[in-house]
Amino acid sequence: MKINKLYVFLIALALVAPTVVYPVFLMKVLCFALFACAFNLLLGFVGLLSFGHAVFLGTGGYVTGYLMIETGISPELGVLAGTAAAAVIGAIYGKLAVKREGIYFAMVTLALAQLAFFFYLQAPFTGGEDGLQGVPRGALFGLIDLSDNSAMYYFVLAIFLFGFWLVHRTIHSPFGQILKAIRENEPRAVSLGYNVNDYKWAAFVISSALAGMAGSTKTLVFQLASLTDVHWHMSGEVVLMTLLGGMGTIFGPVVGAGVVVTIQNYMSGGELGNYIHIIMGVIFIVCVLAFRSGIVGEFQKLMKKNFG
Amino acid sequence: MATIFGINLFALSGQLLVGLINGSFYALLSLGLAIIFGLLKIINFAQGAMYMLGAFFAWMALNYMGINYWAALIVVPIAIGIIAILIERFLVRPIANEDHLYSLLLTFGIALVLQGMFTHIYGSSGLPYQIPAELKGGTKLPFMYLPNYRAWIIVSSLIVCGSTWWVIEKTKLGAYLRAGTENPQLMQGFGINVPLITTLTFGFGVALAGFAGVLAAPVYSVSPEMGSNILIVVFAIVVIGGMGSIGGAILTGLLMGVVEGLTKFFYPEASTTVIFLFMVIVLLIKPAGLFGKEA
Repeated sequence: MKINKLYVFLIALALVAPTVVYPVFLMKVLCFALFACAFNLLLGFVGLLSFGHAVFLGTGGYVTGYLMIETGISPELGVLAGTAAAAVIGAIYGKLAVKREGIYFAMVTLALAQLAFFFYLQAPFTGGEDGLQGVPRGALFGLIDLSDNSAMYYFVLAIFLFGFWLVHRTIHSPFGQILKAIRENEPRAVSLGYNVNDYKWAAFVISSALAGMAGSTKTLVFQLASLTDVHWHMSGEVVLMTLLGGMGTIFGPVVGAGVVVTIQNYMSGGELGNYIHIIMGVIFIVCVLAFRSGIVGEFQKLMKKNFG
Repeated sequence: MATIFGINLFALSGQLLVGLINGSFYALLSLGLAIIFGLLKIINFAQGAMYMLGAFFAWMALNYMGINYWAALIVVPIAIGIIAILIERFLVRPIANEDHLYSLLLTFGIALVLQGMFTHIYGSSGLPYQIPAELKGGTKLPFMYLPNYRAWIIVSSLIVCGSTWWVIEKTKLGAYLRAGTENPQLMQGFGINVPLITTLTFGFGVALAGFAGVLAAPVYSVSPEMGSNILIVVFAIVVIGGMGSIGGAILTGLLMGVVEGLTKFFYPEASTTVIFLFMVIVLLIKPAGLFGKEA
């Protein structure tokens, strides 16, 4: 019951937030929060560190952007197409990647993502270094004009809530229990008769589809799809968001995305912009050495110690 | 112009040479990764940043202290090895018993900090480094013109890689190393200082990247991004070669350089992707890599 009240409160907060905070900033946070939740489904709940998740964010973005520019379909179909494209790439990459474990898995996903990066760099429809610019936001179901930022915000919020709900639903299902069993003790899950690679693969596809959905939405928000989203630095950034917020917690990635996007927005304008990589690197080092459960994880520990 | 079957031999051998040079750098970097992974089970994501640091140290040594190329070739790897030893002792060792993925994230953080620092100080445009006077000029071969410095890169990296392989596979020190990876407790019981060996190995593996950086300074411009670009390729090479194998790292590094060079000649559009394509094919046929053992 307690947790339901919390959700109601947070959703209410999200609904009124754009009256106080700049909606484009909020939309950016929501897109990255969805991306991080999708990533955390793999890292936090299956124990798979994908170091190439940017490829799904970028694929969603490019496909949606291209369709919006070339065919003028409505935005909900654009997002669906982007999500589906990311799911297809995820299905192929996942089949290859789940053959290897741990560090190998991380490297295989990284290298596969790099393959896609060079494809998007050279493919004729992506605009190369310039990316796809001036992507139209279109009208939702042909009715609601999304060029208005507050209409766009509620569309993004709806997508985010759907994605968040899906992750929540996945990890609290019997399927999610098996994923956690794989994370905790893989040989045992194998000995119980589960085909571990199939479960990993299914989780990989869900995660990549949701990451693609985040990328599609992001393209609509900023009306831009570019190589930054496919670059491996983006894959590192989502790891940072998840680690900082708290991997394996349901709210951790959201908090982490919020903090990282805030830092980046705050710093990008001024003199401090030069230090952004240094600060990100230091956060990485500090998180790994001293602060491994992240903000939400540490907070939960604190609550347990004092009130549990 | 020398041609065979309508192929321009000059152009082909030129691309092969470039491929061999890139392959020399790949071999040095993936050898370092293989050594570190073999003993510490750490993927050193900072290996590329250390390669960049090697090139910058060579540049700084020349421009701030007047240390010439030949001295830098010795001093810089040692300096980088010492930095690596400090990193191992104070940052990596505290998390040595945790999931190995944490060390990957830690070294990734270190790489970000180093790259950010150098971008901040020197900008991202790149600095020139002169080829040492002794190696200027070149040799005219019947089928190509071979610049001396490029020959030197290939020869010196082959010597360094070869002797590293020889030490690890054929000497008593190497036997200790390999035994330490198999069973550290037992080695400890025999009175071998395993933590010391571990630290020194980490230092040596990273020093190889520093050495590659000094070698690279005169051929590529010295820039903060040079490490992160090559690192991703080297990771693909490591997957292709199979992590466990020292010889595999060297051979695959050189081989992939040549494959890249040939692709640049026959189908230039694919030259940046061919290594990753190769990786996918190897993964499909032999998931443990060409020289790796099935886990």
